[in-house]
Amino acid sequence: MPVEFRADLHIHTCLSPCSDLYMTPYRIVEKAASLGLNIIAICDHNSVENVDVTRKLAKEKGINAIPGIEITTAEEIHIVGLLADIDGALRLQDIIYENLQPGENDEEAFGYQVIVNEIDEVLGFNKRLLIGATRLSVTKIVDMIHSFGGIAIAAHIDREGFGIIGQLGFIPSDLRLDALEISSRISIETARKKFKEYSHMPWITSSDAHNLSDIGRVSTGLFMNHSSFDEFCLALQGIDGRKVMLD
Amino acid sequence: MKLQEIVDSLSLEVKTPSSDLTKEVTGGYVSDLLSDVIANSKEGHVWVTLQTHQNIVAVAALRELSGIILVNNKIPEPETLKKAEEEGIPIMVTSLPAFEIVGRLYALGLRCR
Repeated sequence: MPVEFRADLHIHTCLSPCSDLYMTPYRIVEKAASLGLNIIAICDHNSVENVDVTRKLAKEKGINAIPGIEITTAEEIHIVGLLADIDGALRLQDIIYENLQPGENDEEAFGYQVIVNEIDEVLGFNKRLLIGATRLSVTKIVDMIHSFGGIAIAAHIDREGFGIIGQLGFIPSDLRLDALEISSRISIETARKKFKEYSHMPWITSSDAHNLSDIGRVSTGLFMNHSSFDEFCLALQGIDGRKVMLD
Repeated sequence: MKLQEIVDSLSLEVKTPSSDLTKEVTGGYVSDLLSDVIANSKEGHVWVTLQTHQNIVAVAALRELSGIILVNNKIPEPETLKKAEEEGIPIMVTSLPAFEIVGRLYALGLRCR
């Protein structure tokens, strides 16, 4: 019998240039635990370099941290990719790095991209232009996430900039997205009216946290037999009583 | 002004061989946010953008635009060209950036109204 797990599936760490420097894996996991979240996903811009450490810390607290990445497509749409394991996430990252806009991060302009360990020590700075776009189309990105066994979610569809509807006008019917993410900027009631043509697709709400106080400001209830990636995939499809519930 | 005159004056490369260049162009619009084009472009406008996703054709058809000019030598995706041929939406390409091509369209007398 499926039971509810609370999930915030879009959290940035201090690796994202636009994120607060206090967003270290240790503090994120402490905050998530204090809020009673059962599942989180770390989704930095075009990189997964703080995912593994967060996973280890989360595991100690009984939280499942899903490896994730927020990819910027050629159309400047943000797509969240969630992967079953760190190996898949790293292989996806290799392809993203190969196709990322060349250039070095300007820390003054965009912010620091900090790689840290489990006790908040700085291991290094990512020098890539993580704020930039890849040259891969949204169709290619979605297919690529699927080829690694992952789940492709259109991020913050209610946001004009970087949201798929803002960038493309509407969601192409042949795009094989697994879910749509509604941000905290819009209420679920408003979203249901505004995006009713997409009500046949699974929806989630995530915080898109860039600082600690954002974590869990909205979250999604996942009804599953246990907390695993496979169960999450089944919940999105609504199989055998599993389901996704918005706040 | 006919689309053909614009193609000739600005040396645009037409990517949709079967398109009708006798269409009347009533003005122009420039934007890379497709939601903005849906909201603010007008029938008969020629649209300047760097987006190449097939949704540009759907938006142009919806708003009854006269054509799409892709800037910076952007290469339209094969699906985009296929849809454009089906929908009868001319797609043209220029090596110029948006600022330059819009300036030249303005000089030809096109306005955004």
